[in-house]
This record gives sequence, C-alpha cells and structure tokens, in this order.
Amino acid sequence: MKDLVKRYGLMLTSYMVVASLVWIVLLVILPYFMMVNYSFRPNLVAADIGGPLDHYTIDNYITLFQNQVHFHVFLNTIWGGALVTFICLCVCYPIAYHLAKVATPQRAAFLLLLLVIPFWINEILRTFAWFIILAYQGPLNAFLKFFHIIDKPIRYLSGNGAVMVGMVYAFILFMVFPIYNAMESLDKNQVEAARDLGAPTWRIHWRVVIPHAKPGIAVGCIMTFMLAVSSYAVPSILGSTNSRWFTEIIYQWFFEGQNWPQGSAYAFILLLLCIIFILVMMRVFKVGLTDIAK
Amino acid sequence: MARSPFGFPLQLSGCNSYQGADYRIAMSQDIQLDRVTMRFGDFVAVKDVSLTIHAGEFFSFLGPSGCGKTTILRMVSGFNEPSEGVIRIGGQDMAGIGPNKRPTALIFQNLALFPLMTVWENIAFGLEVRGVPKAKRRKRAEELLDLIALSGAAEKRVSELSGGQRQRVAIARALAVEPKVMLLDEPLSALDLKLRQHMRAELRAIQRRTGVTFIYITHDQGEALTMSDRVAVMSQGVIQQISKSAEIYNDPATPFVATFVGENNVFRGQVKAVDGDWATIETGHGQLRGRNRNGVKVGETALLFARPERLNLVNGDAGAEMNRLDLTLGHVDFEGSFANLFLRSGDSQAGEQAGRGVIMQMSNDGGLPRLVPGEKLPVGFAAEDAVILADGPLAAH
Ligand SMILES: Nc1ncnc2c1ncn2[C@@H]1O[C@H](COP(=O)(O)OP(=O)(O)OP(=O)(O)O)[C@@H](O)[C@H]1O
Ligand SMILES: [Mg+2]
Repeated sequence: MKDLVKRYGLMLTSYMVVASLVWIVLLVILPYFMMVNYSFRPNLVAADIGGPLDHYTIDNYITLFQNQVHFHVFLNTIWGGALVTFICLCVCYPIAYHLAKVATPQRAAFLLLLLVIPFWINEILRTFAWFIILAYQGPLNAFLKFFHIIDKPIRYLSGNGAVMVGMVYAFILFMVFPIYNAMESLDKNQVEAARDLGAPTWRIHWRVVIPHAKPGIAVGCIMTFMLAVSSYAVPSILGSTNSRWFTEIIYQWFFEGQNWPQGSAYAFILLLLCIIFILVMMRVFKVGLTDIAK
Repeated sequence: MARSPFGFPLQLSGCNSYQGADYRIAMSQDIQLDRVTMRFGDFVAVKDVSLTIHAGEFFSFLGPSGCGKTTILRMVSGFNEPSEGVIRIGGQDMAGIGPNKRPTALIFQNLALFPLMTVWENIAFGLEVRGVPKAKRRKRAEELLDLIALSGAAEKRVSELSGGQRQRVAIARALAVEPKVMLLDEPLSALDLKLRQHMRAELRAIQRRTGVTFIYITHDQGEALTMSDRVAVMSQGVIQQISKSAEIYNDPATPFVATFVGENNVFRGQVKAVDGDWATIETGHGQLRGRNRNGVKVGETALLFARPERLNLVNGDAGAEMNRLDLTLGHVDFEGSFANLFLRSGDSQAGEQAGRGVIMQMSNDGGLPRLVPGEKLPVGFAAEDAVILADGPLAAH
C-alpha cells in the first residue's frame, strides 16, 4: 500500500482502492451474498416477508435430492459436461500441439485466425447453424444419403449427441488457447532430444509434452467444464426433452416458477459443483492455483 | 580409486557389475558423407560435402556462425534429410531412417535436458524407451552418474545443477543408449571460460574411455584444435580442409583456413617464379618466397601467409633464404610471456595492400629490446615458414 502511495500519490491511490472495493463489493460479493441469502429462505408472497414464516431453512437444497427428475438432470449435466470436456481435450490437444510446435509461425497465425473467425458470430446464431445442419431434413443427412453412407436419415437432435457436438464446437477455443499457451514455452529441442533417444511419438507426448502442458490442460478442462455445465443456449436449442440441462431447470425456477429462492439454491449447487471440479482437476494434474493463474 | 585431474575416477571399479559391461561401447562405426548437399529453399546451407569419419575418432567441424555445422549434425542424426547425397553409418545408408532409429545420440546446443524429470530419470530416459525395467534403469543411471562424478545427484532436479553438471548429465543421458556416434553441437558455448577449458579435458577423457566416435561442432578454434584427432574447417557450407590440428595450423589449404585459424600475416602479389615446391611473389614489400602448397602458376595473383611468431628481427645480413621486410614499428602490445609488435611499411602504405598491417610476435626471453614506436625495424622470416596460396576469400575478423 505504501509503495502504491509512493508511486501514484495519495489521491490516485485512494481512488484506485475505493474503485476496486466498490467493484468487488457491489458487483461480486453483494449479488452472491443475496443469492446465498435467498437460497436459504422459503418462497413467500410479499406480505409474509419479514413475518413469522420467514426463517432460514435448507429445504431449497433438499428439493434437488427429493425430486427424481431434477436430480437425474443434474447427474446428466455433470456427465455431459465431463464428456464435452473430454472430447474437447481430445480434439484440441493435437490442434494446440500443431499450432505451437509443428506449424510455421505464419501458418499458425493463419490457422488461429480460421479458428477464431467463427467466434465473431453470436453464439446463438452458431448454435442455430448446427441446428440446421443436424436437422432431420438437414444438409448432413442429405449429404450422407447422397453418398450412400446411410439409407435413412438419422435423428441427431433427439438425445445428447447434438448437445455434445454443439458444445464441443462452442468451447474449442477455451480449450485450445490455454494448451497452446502452455505448449508454446516448450523447448522444441526437448521433443527432438526425446526422439533422438529413441522415443516413439506417444511416449514423447506422455513424458515430455503433456507434463509440460499440464497447467494449460488443467485450465482448459476447468474452463470448458464450467462453460459446459452452465451453458444455456446450446442445450435449449439443440437439446431434446430427454436431454435437459440443469441450467434449464434453474431458468424454470426463476422465470417460470417465479421461485427465486429455489432457483438460487440450484444455482448455488451448480457453483459448488464447479468449485469441486476445479479442486479435483488441481488434484489430478497436481497443479497449484498459481500455475493456473499463469 | 584413483582420481583423475578431471574430477572423476578413471578406474571404474564397481561399474563393471552391469552385465559385465564396461564403458567401452562395442563397435563404434565409420560415418561417411558422400556428396551431401542441403538446401533450404534456394539457400544452400551445406554444399557437396564428402568425408569419412573413422570409428572411435574425435572429429570436429570448425567454422564461423551460420556456415552449416548444425545442419550437418542434424543430417547425421536424422532430423534433416539431405537434399542430395548419401550418409552412411557403418556402411549402411541412413536415408529414411528416423532419428529415433539411428545409432547416434545428439547433444544439443542448449542441452535440452528434461526439466520435469529428476537427474536419474533424464539419464535413464533412453532405457525407459527401450523397455528396460525400472530397477535396472536406476542401476545403470547410478553407474553413469558415477562416470560423470555426480553420484549424489540422482534425485535432484536439473534446475538444481550447475552449468557444468548439466553438461555432464547431458553426456550421460546420451551415453546411456550406447550410441555408436555421439554428436555434440557446441556443447560448451554456454559455459564460462574456466569451466569450458575444464570440460574440454573431460569430454576428451570420456571419449577416450568409451571409445565412441565423437563428432564435435564448434566455432572456437581452441576447442577444435585441442580436443580433436582431426578437424574439418568449414565456410559457407563448403569444407575447406580436413586435417590433423597441427596441420590445420601449420599447413592451411585455403586463404580462409589460414586466416580463420590463428593469426596470420597476409601479403598479396603476382607470382614471379615457381621452382619445384617453392614460389616467389612480387609484393609491396618486394619479392617474397614461400612454399607453393597448391601449385600456383607464374602470373597468377597469390597470397603469402606468415605466422606472427615466425617473424624475427634481423640485423644486417640475414641468410639469403630469408624474406626481408623493412618496416616501422607502430605500437607494442605487451602480453606477458610475449609481445605483439604492430608494424607498418617504412615508406608507403604498400604493406597494407591486403588490408592488414604486419604483426610480429616476440617471446619475452630477456632479449626483447627496448622498442620505440616509429623506429625502423628490419623483419625477416624463412621461406619454409611461409605458405603461398592462390588468391581467395579470407576469414572475416
Ligand atoms: N530450417 C532451416 N530453414 C532455412 N534455413 C536454415 C534452416 N536451418 C538452417 N538454415 C540456414 O542454414 C545456414 C546454416 O545454419 P546452421 O544452423 O547449420 O549454422 P551453424 O554453422 O550451426 O551456425 P551457429 O554456429 O550459429 O550455430 C544458416 O544460414 C541458416 O540460416
Ligand atoms: Mg549451430
């Protein structure tokens, strides 16, 4: 603090401190606090608020475990999120490696541009594009039929498949960039040294590249998982009745059920889930918070 | 156990326990480059190189930065395929054989140790790749750590080692796979002077003991001359000369070698006469005589090279076989055991025809006279101490 005062003067320092405090309190702590507060109270009509019925309870949390359907959707969301993360990792690792260590700088820049361009388009539009591609009468089925790969159109949009595809596509960049970043700093000579000592490609990756890229992989997985489980647009557009997403239920509580406390409790459970996932990933990849922050 | 001056035991008792193997790696092999050319686009990095490196030899490539040394090494190790020509190891054509399948081990310019592995895992990586069980790997790593005098460091991280220790770990890691050929790409360039000189001796000792063929790359002539059995001097992708160290210095084959290796005085002139192995050229200093190494012919432009330490002060009549220059002393650099005298032509700028003044080295044996700058000094050198070569590019200084 003293350093800051010395560097920027008292006025500027106090302004910066106050501004950041206001930002944190007003925009970060307060909303969360209100959400937590809501989640522990019953859903009451305006007249009863502050009355004898207004007491703290964990009923809203228990609801999830008592409601078979909701709990099933919750588990389905975790499973789906994990699957999206895994598929994303499988797709993005080779891309990131190619960009960081194989392609020439010009080529890498060009490929990165190709990767980024679709993301200049709104997420809803992109998802609708997939909706059109995967439709029963859509171009993908037409294409496959034309080349006699299938004889009957496939119903992609029932079940989880389309949601997976849409999400993997939507979150590719969030997986590619952290891994790419981590791999960039890998000395190419190490890859060559491993090869020179006789290592086949898989072992080079297992022993040299992956250990080096671990923090990037962890960050990519965390971001992808969090975005996947908290995604609303993709499952609501590409999902079907038997592939509902937990966010859709939260939405229902808030805006259809008008039950904010219940919705808050569910939202908070989702947040907890994400935190648990982060902790698990940190364990699995043996990386610390500082590694991730990098 | 006797300790060598290099800091590690020379008698390797206890090391032979590994299946009776000692460090002498069986059957190192000849390496043959046959008309090898390497192009990157239009740029020719290595041009028509043919040479044979013998089994068990310590062979160096010496040349300025960018002359294609690393490119040659990468072709031998298999990271680059030559654009033209054939590389053979032990008589076998290496075309299409990847770096992980060749009997070579490369030590990188920056070592490229694995920072996330311990020292012993680094050394044993090549064995891990070959499916050697862990206990055996560990044992072999310990033996090699013994060889490089780093016995206690098995569990350390690479980052905890000093520069010289890392250097040795890189060598052990390469030796662990029992290569027939070790390729070293300026491995000492990152070390400070003291350590570099120490490691020279160590490398040489390790090479002698293992009997592995070493191909060593450097732009440091001291390194190349002290360590190598033979040296190849390169310039702009072309091999200039392949000889023993002393020959490279005493009997340079091209003007580039004459000026790149050590100091040399250069005199340019027309060839006046050729008799047998000798030639005489007409220079700004008058006629000078020297060995006609490559057979220049009368009328050609040629260069005469004479080492500063071969120049002497002459008083009065020197022998008729002496070349004689009448010079003026510019200044003296006193270096301790010897002094460098910088000399100019007495009358005109004739002496600087080749762009350089004349340097003479005098040993400080008490006879170093009281020299006064501006003083006229008659200097001479014997014809057998001078080499005459056809005109050609000199090394940039
Ligand atoms: N992959 C490549 N693509 C294009 N040009 C290259 C490539 N590798 C090397 N070169 C060029 O070939 C020439 C020789 O390079 P090389 O690395 O063999 O030099 P070097 O003798 O090892 O130099 P240094 O002592 O600086 O390491 C250089 O001019 C370099 O620019
Ligand atoms: Mg090099």
